[in-house]
Amino acid sequence: MTPMTKMPLISAVLGMVATVAVGANHVDPAVTAAIKSRQSHMQLFAFNLGTLGGMAQGKTEYDAEKAQVAASNLAALSSVDFSPYFVVGSSNADVSETRALPAIWEDPEGVLAALAQLQGATAEMADSAGGGLEGLQAAMSALGGACGACHQAYRAPYN
Amino acid sequence: MPFAAWSALLAALTLLVMIALRPAPLPEDLFDQLTGDRSRGRLVFAASGCSSCHSAPEAKPGSAPVLSGGRGFKSPFGTFYAPNVSPGPSGLGFWTDVEIADAILNGVGRGSTHLYPAFPYTAYTHMSQQDAVDLIAYLRTLPPSPAANKSHDIGFPFNIRLGVGAWKLLYLREGWVLDNATSPELERGRYLVEALGHCGECHTPRNFLGALDTSRWLGGAPNPAGEGTIPNITSGGLAWSEDEITTFLKTGFTPTFDSAGGEMVKVIAGLSQLPQSDLEAIAAYLKAVPPID
Repeated sequence: MTPMTKMPLISAVLGMVATVAVGANHVDPAVTAAIKSRQSHMQLFAFNLGTLGGMAQGKTEYDAEKAQVAASNLAALSSVDFSPYFVVGSSNADVSETRALPAIWEDPEGVLAALAQLQGATAEMADSAGGGLEGLQAAMSALGGACGACHQAYRAPYN
Repeated sequence: MPFAAWSALLAALTLLVMIALRPAPLPEDLFDQLTGDRSRGRLVFAASGCSSCHSAPEAKPGSAPVLSGGRGFKSPFGTFYAPNVSPGPSGLGFWTDVEIADAILNGVGRGSTHLYPAFPYTAYTHMSQQDAVDLIAYLRTLPPSPAANKSHDIGFPFNIRLGVGAWKLLYLREGWVLDNATSPELERGRYLVEALGHCGECHTPRNFLGALDTSRWLGGAPNPAGEGTIPNITSGGLAWSEDEITTFLKTGFTPTFDSAGGEMVKVIAGLSQLPQSDLEAIAAYLKAVPPID
């Protein structure tokens, strides 16, 4: 092999090394954006749940108007189509920034059932939160169950 | 010494070891003075998390638990399968109360075999006899399941059950981890965490023989059911107030309104049925154990 004919081979090897090196640290920006967006969406749930939970637990005074706004927000948040957030390649088997289990992509029927449970629980909350503390407290339990049902099957613990 | 004498000595020693490691069954009249209360037993069942492992994997929440077993638990020693403990003939239907109690309290199965400690009898051994008979009375009210038991998938030498006898001599202990419970509430919390709740099974790391490392009690551990870490719930790792812990155990919501996930969801489904005072006792206990960094 002459020095000239070696060049393409060396370039090819260097190219492969570079690809592997980048692949180890590089996450597709579209994946990162999807993960950030779904985590932000979950944060919006938590914020509105905090308003209702504070009242349910007696830490803040019951306020029918504020409770109704928070409950309507939760119903709106759960009516969003989540599918663009969960792009293929964004499970915790693919990238480290997420606790989303591959089961989400392997079991779409189960995910849709869990989502329907959430939508039912937020609709119930939207119907009852403005009508008194007792109704709010009762709806809170079903809502907690819906959060837990999805996080039981589809979210890994922290590392 | 001639060869025959050596052989005899070896045989005698083997026999002694086998006798020492053989399960010692509970006396048959153990519960003659006790009567099981099914409704109290339902709470013992909820606190003990029985359905977390023994319910059918596809079980529907809310309905009466069908304890058909079948769920697999991977471990460094192989995969253990939860048995059918429903009251039907494929489950515990033919077992006496004392036989069931022997399994729960001592890890001894029917026919005097050692059970593997994937079944957390090292915790349940601290269960009171009254709670045990109440629990058994409740178990007998549940729907039977015809599911056949699956054999554990365990390699040599862990498939020799007599070895479990040696393991028990080392790790099946009478004492508590928190030896100074200074109030009735702390005693109750200790009983719920160390005995019924068997919280340490996931929240405490294990040694190379699979026994809990009590020097890092509740200090967090690799997730036995898969990836990630089960959190440190001593005050060295968990900054929540007692009130926040109580609320979490009741509702599944963290102080920032995230929710419980993974196996903890089923734990909370059970614990949330307990009286508020029990959840407060658990929170008080968690604040009393030595903080682990």
